[in-house]
Amino acid sequence: MNKQVFLELTIEETISKYPFMANYFSDHESTYKKHTISVVDNIANYSEEELEDFAIDVELTISLYYEYFKQTCEFLGIKEEEKVKSLSILPGHNKSLESEEYDELTISQGEIIAIVGPTGSGKSRLLADIEWIADNDTPTGRKILINKEQPDKKWRFSSGNKLVAQLSQNMNFVMDLTVKEFIELHAASRLIEGVDEIVIKILDEANRLAGEAFELDTPITSLSGGQSRALMIADTAILSQSPIVLIDEIENAGIDRKQALKLLIKEEKIVLMATHDPILALMADKRIIIRNGGIDNIINTTENEKAMLSKLEQVDKYLMDKRHQLRQGKILQMEELHVH
Amino acid sequence: MNLITISGPPSSGKTAVIVKTIGALKQRNLKVGVVKFDCLYTDDDIIYKKLDVPVKKGLSGALCPDHYFVSNIEEVVQWGKAQKLDILITESAGLCNRCSPYIKDVKAICVIDNLSGINTPKKIGPMLKAADIVVITKGDIVSQAEREVFASRVRQVNPKAITMNINGLTGQGAFELSTLIYDVADKIDTVKGKELRFSMPAALCSYCLGERRIGEDYQMGNVRKMDLGEINE
Repeated sequence: MNKQVFLELTIEETISKYPFMANYFSDHESTYKKHTISVVDNIANYSEEELEDFAIDVELTISLYYEYFKQTCEFLGIKEEEKVKSLSILPGHNKSLESEEYDELTISQGEIIAIVGPTGSGKSRLLADIEWIADNDTPTGRKILINKEQPDKKWRFSSGNKLVAQLSQNMNFVMDLTVKEFIELHAASRLIEGVDEIVIKILDEANRLAGEAFELDTPITSLSGGQSRALMIADTAILSQSPIVLIDEIENAGIDRKQALKLLIKEEKIVLMATHDPILALMADKRIIIRNGGIDNIINTTENEKAMLSKLEQVDKYLMDKRHQLRQGKILQMEELHVH
Repeated sequence: MNLITISGPPSSGKTAVIVKTIGALKQRNLKVGVVKFDCLYTDDDIIYKKLDVPVKKGLSGALCPDHYFVSNIEEVVQWGKAQKLDILITESAGLCNRCSPYIKDVKAICVIDNLSGINTPKKIGPMLKAADIVVITKGDIVSQAEREVFASRVRQVNPKAITMNINGLTGQGAFELSTLIYDVADKIDTVKGKELRFSMPAALCSYCLGERRIGEDYQMGNVRKMDLGEINE
């Protein structure tokens, strides 16, 4: 649509033509009071003094308005072929400038990769390289490809389409909202339709992951650690636009981590997981070993390790059961731990 | 010399972001200096000294920090040139949400944090609206959803800016910011004659001049009254 024509639409016309702009006007209702006239006329109605008072720069305000419209159209028009189906990390070098010795690591939708290595070894840098779509221009000299091709630099600067979503142990909810309001708010920021179904879907999935169920009207700040984590994971899987999810260590307590990973894979995410928990690390298809700022090795999870995973899970279940019994107020009984 | 103005609400993480960014700039052998503007107190200059970069601080005291900033910026630029800096960074705290410290043709960065609440972007005026780059901090302690909602609110207020997430503790994102702020072509020898991007908040009343007594008899100059409607309503 021609810029001039667009700016001449009344706000009512704009909203009826572009329903997603309704949100913009309700957030800027103090600036645009009259919906029967255009944005430009709304601003033209202000006196010099009012413009000064509300800190409105006429030219800037209109250009920001138009920019928002343009970007949102692009954001909503993401085409199928632009979807991220795979991510490739081409080798660079470590802190001592020694080349990383692997050919290329390609991770596809639905795959899980574990990242292991001591604190400060370069895990954050690897993540930052992915987020910034490194192009031999970061301290590691790595290069990132998307769908095996040189990606558009738009990923670097677009605030609406971030490549990587992050989940970590330190994250908390800070908003004073119920679960329902929270999910609705997130959906509104993404201009998504069919919000009611999404709210129910996220709640169901979150409750499947959490040890204890919670309700739609539970305030998010009163959720337990496990419930919070469960809601964050379900919400990220279903509602986050980022195709890649980075998980930084999910604690054992109160959440079914295996189901959590399954959910992320089902939603076609590419999952990278920094962890030293053997159960999580062995659930991954591969693991990247980081040392001295570089990728030191890439190990495919062996058959032997996969067999071991089931034993580790039995030990884990034994502990979880005891935790559950304690929570129920029971007295723990001595039971043999049988590992098959 | 490049001049970069960095602003943001108090405690949003400006200093942490600058410190981590300086680390990345130094690796490229660029000489960086910082001038910190604050109101009553700051010991951030000690933090910068530890990095071994030239630093000056200015406290505005009873004056509006914005006015103090613009009254001193030319001298600050000359100081930076005398220090033979490649990049001079000014850091100023936005104390009233109506702050407007940016200069036309001088790179402007606003630092704002995820913890400040999702309505904060709406409340901040020219400091956010007129920035070229918006840095969002403290993303490591809030949920992914809250980060996305916050970023979308920032985008509503200033869709033109480049928005970046930086972790002031680990420095994740600071290297990337460092690649955006230095440009050989952005050479600045003086800011004399340049213009502010927006007019600064104004006041000139008896209280500006030290009046303490309350009541209409003592109010002179640029005074404005709230509209409370009929008192006996």
